[in-house]
Amino acid sequence: MAVSVNEAVSAGPVPDHAPPARRRGFRGRSVLEVALLTALAVVMLFPVLWMIETSIKENRDVYAVPAKFFDFKVTLDHYRDVFVSSGGGGRSTLSVAFLNSVLVAGVSTVLATLLGVPAAWAYSRFSVKAKKDQLFFILSTRFMPPVVVVIPIFLMYRQVGLIDHPLGLILIYTAFNVPFTIWMMKGFVDEVPAEYEDAAMLDGYTRLQAFRKFTLPLLVPGIAATAVFALIFSWNEFVFAIFLTSSDNVRTAPPAIAGLIGGTTVDWGLVAASSVVFALPVLIFAYLVRKHLVAGVTLGAVRR
Amino acid sequence: MSAPVPLTTDRPGQVASTTPPARGRSRWLSDRRLAVAFIAPALLLLLAMSVFPLLWALYLSFTDYSATRGGAANWVWFGNYTAILTSAQVHLRALTTLIYVVGAVGLQTVLGFTIAYLISRRTHGRGLLTTLFLVPMMLSPVVVGLFWRFMLDAQFGVVNSMLGSLGLGQVEWLTKQRTALLSLIVVDTWQWTPFIMLIALAGLTAVPKYLYEAASIDRASEWFRFRTITLPLVWPLLLIAVLFRAIEAFRLFDLVYILTSGGPGVSTETLSFHVYKVAFLGFNTGTASAYGILMVLIVIVLTQLYLRYLNKLKED
Repeated sequence: MAVSVNEAVSAGPVPDHAPPARRRGFRGRSVLEVALLTALAVVMLFPVLWMIETSIKENRDVYAVPAKFFDFKVTLDHYRDVFVSSGGGGRSTLSVAFLNSVLVAGVSTVLATLLGVPAAWAYSRFSVKAKKDQLFFILSTRFMPPVVVVIPIFLMYRQVGLIDHPLGLILIYTAFNVPFTIWMMKGFVDEVPAEYEDAAMLDGYTRLQAFRKFTLPLLVPGIAATAVFALIFSWNEFVFAIFLTSSDNVRTAPPAIAGLIGGTTVDWGLVAASSVVFALPVLIFAYLVRKHLVAGVTLGAVRR
Repeated sequence: MSAPVPLTTDRPGQVASTTPPARGRSRWLSDRRLAVAFIAPALLLLLAMSVFPLLWALYLSFTDYSATRGGAANWVWFGNYTAILTSAQVHLRALTTLIYVVGAVGLQTVLGFTIAYLISRRTHGRGLLTTLFLVPMMLSPVVVGLFWRFMLDAQFGVVNSMLGSLGLGQVEWLTKQRTALLSLIVVDTWQWTPFIMLIALAGLTAVPKYLYEAASIDRASEWFRFRTITLPLVWPLLLIAVLFRAIEAFRLFDLVYILTSGGPGVSTETLSFHVYKVAFLGFNTGTASAYGILMVLIVIVLTQLYLRYLNKLKED
């Protein structure tokens, strides 16, 4: 029945043959379904809209009881506060945190791609000993509870002085993104016929040249999509960030935003504005890779 | 990491200009070397950053080491493990986690599948609808947690405000024992229903149309078609989504940390959160390690289950 609407629209004669009573039932059900879908969409999207609305409300209206949905004063003060420090007019701690996030997420994504793509290609093309077990092992490292991993990592970093250092975060994020990159990229490599490389090798190229000249260019869209997901994971990560960093000039955005509610009074307008600024790039990037979303969110395990 | 980099840059440049060198018996060997050179750096990083820390945690779990006290660690054999497995506190957290995982994942599955089913029956605006529904999933748990905390605030939260205008009483969402866990489940459901929806939708759109057409010719009832065509074909994929979510929910820490900090009392303390408290507030590193290793064991079992179903799906 899942395609009944399709049929009703595309294949003209079908509804004509159906008895009229059933047709009306059809229409009624369809309306009901649209209504239900709309209601669900409103529920799912309301918090997001409310967040955007709060970010442009004046403080007075933010705390209004009952809540003001439409008649509020619009202000961009909260957004200014995100970037400009309230005191001297210099950079705010939040904007420093955003820059740190860009650095950590960017570098760890590049590293994970550099390590993961060649490995994915090798797993896809060569017969490696116990390949399946290796791949399963790789994916299972990604499933470790972060709170558990962070205990020994914390002790390790304390030994080598990586606590509160961007490199510490970059390393752990790379390690968390490599399994994802390998699994995701292996799917993309599998889609490129190995015959291309074989043919190139018959033409006299070495295996490595064949990979570089023929396979790699075909993989570029896949690499881009994979990198975007890795970027999103690192950008959104919170647990390692809060335990492995402490000072304002190293902290990434998630713990910095979470730190906004530490005091006695909470500036919810600022929280909302910084959340919007924080979430916007993710939404844009996610929209760009929407074709690969199923594979991306299942860590490359499910492909459709 | 340093091994493959020169490989990728040097050799092609040298050979590319000349005619191909003679190939022969060494080809298989060089393939093998190439495989090792390409895979080893990634595996080494994983060994250093995932396996080694876990082994260290395993060692610590047999000691009474404390990160603050320092000093030598005493070997206590299985003392930490028996202490954890017999602790009533831990049992309580296990129960909370179970309620949370089952409640949240159950709700997400029902809602997510319903939405996917409804979307799959539409012809117009499918892409737009899917995109809109997916927004919550892409947000950071920090943003989600903070924002729901604001919305669920007892005094000026918008949820209570709406309840008020409907003539209903105010609810202390995050500050009452029973409602706090419910709030946690609701927020997690809000964020992750899109995940189930996305995967269910992938399964639903992959169902071949001719099956429905055949059933339609046979005048099979709608429920019959759903039960015998849709569900069996979507089920394997849905199961994978559910298992994935279960693992994630079991690991969850950030949302609890932001939304309730485990409170009020200990009513929303999950196992993850309790490990954090033992490790970073109690500084019983040895005990926390044992606790963590036990959690890892559960995750490994769940992951094995997940991978087994995944394998099955791929073979079909």
